[in-house]
Amino acid sequence: MKPGGVVRAVMLAGFLFLWLPILLLVGFAFSADRIPFQWGGFSLRWFGVLAANERLLEAVWLSLRIAAASATLAVLAGGGIAFALARFGPFRGRALFGALIGAPLVLPEVVIGLSLLLLFVALEGVIGWPAGRGAFTILLAHASFGAAYVAVVVQARLAEAERSLEEAAMDLGATPLVAFWTITLPLIAPALLAGWLLAFTLSLDDVVVASFVSGPAGTTLPIALFSMLRLGVTPEVNALGALVVLVVGSMLALALWLFGRGRA
Amino acid sequence: MPRGILLAPLWTWLLLLVAAPLLILVVMALATPADGVPPFMLGWRFAAFAMLVEDFYYADALVAALRLAATTAGLCLLIAYPMALGMAGVRPAWRLPMLALLMLPFWTGFLLRIGAWIGLLRDEGLINHLLRGLGITDAPLALLYTEGAMLVGMVHAYLPFAVLPIFTALIRLDPALLEAAADLGARPARVFFSVTLPLTLPAAAAGFLLVFIPAAGEFVIPELLGPPEAQVIGRVLWQEFFQNRDWPLAAALALALLALLILPIRWFQRLGAGA
Repeated sequence: MKPGGVVRAVMLAGFLFLWLPILLLVGFAFSADRIPFQWGGFSLRWFGVLAANERLLEAVWLSLRIAAASATLAVLAGGGIAFALARFGPFRGRALFGALIGAPLVLPEVVIGLSLLLLFVALEGVIGWPAGRGAFTILLAHASFGAAYVAVVVQARLAEAERSLEEAAMDLGATPLVAFWTITLPLIAPALLAGWLLAFTLSLDDVVVASFVSGPAGTTLPIALFSMLRLGVTPEVNALGALVVLVVGSMLALALWLFGRGRA
Repeated sequence: MPRGILLAPLWTWLLLLVAAPLLILVVMALATPADGVPPFMLGWRFAAFAMLVEDFYYADALVAALRLAATTAGLCLLIAYPMALGMAGVRPAWRLPMLALLMLPFWTGFLLRIGAWIGLLRDEGLINHLLRGLGITDAPLALLYTEGAMLVGMVHAYLPFAVLPIFTALIRLDPALLEAAADLGARPARVFFSVTLPLTLPAAAAGFLLVFIPAAGEFVIPELLGPPEAQVIGRVLWQEFFQNRDWPLAAALALALLALLILPIRWFQRLGAGA
């Protein structure tokens, strides 16, 4: 199928539309001008200003910790759920089980945020835990929707992976645990990593759910950015954006490389 | 029974973190707002739902949200289909880098991209700066905080989600079908309209819904790029919760949004099951 001229033009325009704001953001991060998106000569001063903004850096650090912990939890829960769905055969309530893990994928963010906040308030009222809201409740909330995405990625991988290998191992005397550890886990490892990275990024990007379930002590990077953007942009935001594009770009390249290797 | 031991924590996870919150949402919608921490009293009253029916402000917000979601999803589909067609047409070795090019903007942070649009569109922003520099305008055009800015931001945020399923369907298309049609004398346009398009229509529908469903509850983009009068349901829910501290009303709004999304969600899940 040879793409026609129109198709190619729309594709290029589409990519330009997606990329131009980001490239401009990165480019103008190196401008000396006080007004964002105005060229005042090459300068790294806004990276210096960013490095001195302790509140923002604290938010970055908190977000990174929440993202790493929630992604890890999401991989454990989502991976386990995907394994149960792919390998346990029929069990009681399987349809409900599958519907519940898929729900966060289709629920609007405001609904997820509000309903999880109400859960945490109810739990605190009834059993006194979790006491108050902050980093820990954000972590749990992010793990709950992250697990849904991990489960999708891992389930796809498990469906592709040859079940006969696990069966052969067990026929040769391996216990199910040994078969899981030596056969299944290496097979789905790339999917687990891809799922972890997906959950990590979703957590790092979430402002709506975090705003609902955080307390005064839980100012994550998106929450801080959101309140900054409400007042308009500053050159620091550009500098931060440039750094994020660099970090995320290299992480995605790593994920693609691993994914490609897992497939080959 | 080791299976039961493995299933128990997973069930606990799902029932606690997915099922229970949705049930509590219903309980909250039937409660009464009150002064205090937390600001409600449990009960069995339909006052919040009655308010949704009586005050057209809320119905309007639901309609505005559906309209914004449909417009966004429609625009995304119009751009996404030819984009996917172009991406599927490149050499196979280029497909993965193309996908990366499509998804990388999504991974760079949603708020930072909105920040970029604010920097481009505001009165002292790059676009107005250029327009004045070229002598096209004297006074800055009001670009930010308009319907147009909101739509641009929405399409920018959601476009990759519309491209993905169409692209996947296109590269899975059996080339033998296309060759057969061509061998039988069909011109490329005819091949496209009688083979490619019908076979990828479910994927196009999936792409539309993949944008429509989250866009209907969107809060951040209307808030940061849209005009103050763009009172979509996500924004109204947010205000009821954070500013008015009316938790029962916010819960009722969430349930109303869910009720409206049930059909699109079911449709989307059916498409997913068929793929």
